[in-house]
Amino acid sequence: MISDPKKHWFYRTENLPKLWMILAAVLLLALLPEFFVHHHAHFPDRGTSVDTSFGFFAWYGFLTCAAMVAGAKILGIFLKRKDTYYDD
Amino acid sequence: MTDIVFPPSLILIIGAFILPLVRGAVRRGVILALPVLALMAVWSLPVGTQVAIEFLDYRIAPVHATASGRLFAIIFCLMAFAGGVYAMGRARLTELVAAYVYAGSAVGVTFSGDLITLFVFWEIMALGSTLVIWAGGGERAWKASFRYLLIHLLGGVILMAGIVWRVSMTGTADFGPMLPDNPANILILIGFLVNAGAPPLSAWIPDAYPEASPSGMVFLSAFTTKTAVFALLVGFPGAEVLIWIGLYMVFYGIIYALLENDMRRILAYSIVNQVGFMVCAIGIGTELALNGAAAHAFAHIIYKALLLMSAGSVLYMTGKRKCTDLGGLFQSMPVTAINGIVGALAISAFPFTSGFVSKSLETAAAADQGLMLVWFLLMAASAGVFLHAGIKFPWFVFFQKDSGLRPDDPPLGMRLSMWFFSFLCIAIGLYPDSLYSILPFETEYQPYTAGHLVSQSQLLLFSGFAFFALLPMMKRSLTISLDFDWFYRRFGRILADEFTIRSSHALERMERQARMRVEGFVRRLYRHHGPHGILARTWPSGGMVLWVTVMLAGMVIAAAVL
Repeated sequence: MISDPKKHWFYRTENLPKLWMILAAVLLLALLPEFFVHHHAHFPDRGTSVDTSFGFFAWYGFLTCAAMVAGAKILGIFLKRKDTYYDD
Repeated sequence: MTDIVFPPSLILIIGAFILPLVRGAVRRGVILALPVLALMAVWSLPVGTQVAIEFLDYRIAPVHATASGRLFAIIFCLMAFAGGVYAMGRARLTELVAAYVYAGSAVGVTFSGDLITLFVFWEIMALGSTLVIWAGGGERAWKASFRYLLIHLLGGVILMAGIVWRVSMTGTADFGPMLPDNPANILILIGFLVNAGAPPLSAWIPDAYPEASPSGMVFLSAFTTKTAVFALLVGFPGAEVLIWIGLYMVFYGIIYALLENDMRRILAYSIVNQVGFMVCAIGIGTELALNGAAAHAFAHIIYKALLLMSAGSVLYMTGKRKCTDLGGLFQSMPVTAINGIVGALAISAFPFTSGFVSKSLETAAAADQGLMLVWFLLMAASAGVFLHAGIKFPWFVFFQKDSGLRPDDPPLGMRLSMWFFSFLCIAIGLYPDSLYSILPFETEYQPYTAGHLVSQSQLLLFSGFAFFALLPMMKRSLTISLDFDWFYRRFGRILADEFTIRSSHALERMERQARMRVEGFVRRLYRHHGPHGILARTWPSGGMVLWVTVMLAGMVIAAAVL
């Protein structure tokens, strides 16, 4: 697909993979310190150390966000109305 | 204290009424001077200053300077100043006067040493904020301001009932820590929670605020909910129920904001979310947690106002408010976009922003208390903040698809106020001690540890990844989401309609029966007395004689018997 040269760099289709690559690089960079930094357990008395597992905050953030998006999507089935719903 | 103390709140409240009397440069000068004077007055009252007067049988303390009250008063004055700059020359006079009265009464609440003073300022605040919404103009704003007023009058009545009950029970009106263990205190707690946007009435925030003008919503976002946070912080620290109410608000805000299409309604839901964090921390109730709630309120007012200034600038320049109509604005509104992004990073608690150094106090407090479930939920919620406000707002407004709109950045005053608050967001993030030094309790907390920096960055960046990975699921649609306000906007109407139909049936039947009776009566009257009626005949005199004879006979018999 040939894209419009007048379009901003950000919107050109051929740049989309580059944008994803940048995001992937940033994510990898964020995971890098996992090899050096030791996380301490927040609740050692409770016998859980899941918060010290590799990249805990990364996967926990991703999974909970996915769950919230899915939850919103499901609730949306019941709650969504046309935005003129209350107009008379 | 023997010195004359002038309440800082009155500088703003009385000063607001100078605005209509002056014009042009003088009015602009007054707009800038009033919050600065109020701020100086706040600073001039050291913690512990107290002015008390006897009123009826109670001790009233209209000026009672406490550490937490001062913190809120300072940010309220800063907010009034930045809001004034943002609104200057564009907002209607009604809005400016109302906003300054509103800000002044919020400052009044923070200096209240007793419940009676608090209640008076609480109600002035309700009136001022209603007028700010109403000044947005148009029928939608008028209707929304009316719904808003009804909710706040309801909250006010509940609060008043609680205060009267408590005062009559304890004999004192002093405002200090209470326990929600008797009906009077529970009513007071409910009164505070209504203003905080707690369930089930949270819907008043996204219903009313986005109908205000661009500057109106900037003012509104700061005062009502944060005075409620202040009142809860002083009145109910450590009330466990607040932990769960707060967590509900946190997730309510995220879910509804994810479903929302109107950019300023997204940010309104986000207010509920943020206040939820503070309410939860107040419920935890340790010194660290209360410091966290206060610091978060302080930081939140700045970055939420900044986000709304950015959104307000877009609305002001394009006249559009829906994500479906917007996108690609970073190309022609770079200043608005940059400031919006700074606000978005701060609300998401990115390292080196005010959100990072304030919100982490709250999560640390949950961990310190061994509240494992609360901590895990707060962590998920922190990720969710980035999702619903931190990325969603800037992405759909400034990036997304190219809407083809090419508006310029807004006028100078609006740009300056945004830069000012962006500066504060980052300055507080870089020098957290500037904020920590005015917190209610002394703190040794150190936000910048390697572990914390790494974990927070991972949490946020991977929630950002979730946003883009799930972008197809978040396609904007021209919809709103039903909320509790459905009950008073639709269900109430349906009930009323049903009542009207049924009652009009009953009324009709009653009318018909009454008419039938009257008609029957008239018919009977006509039959007997009408031209052909038996009683209307001309009676012969013979008949008369007969009747007299009968009567006489009757009397004779009666006399004989007796």
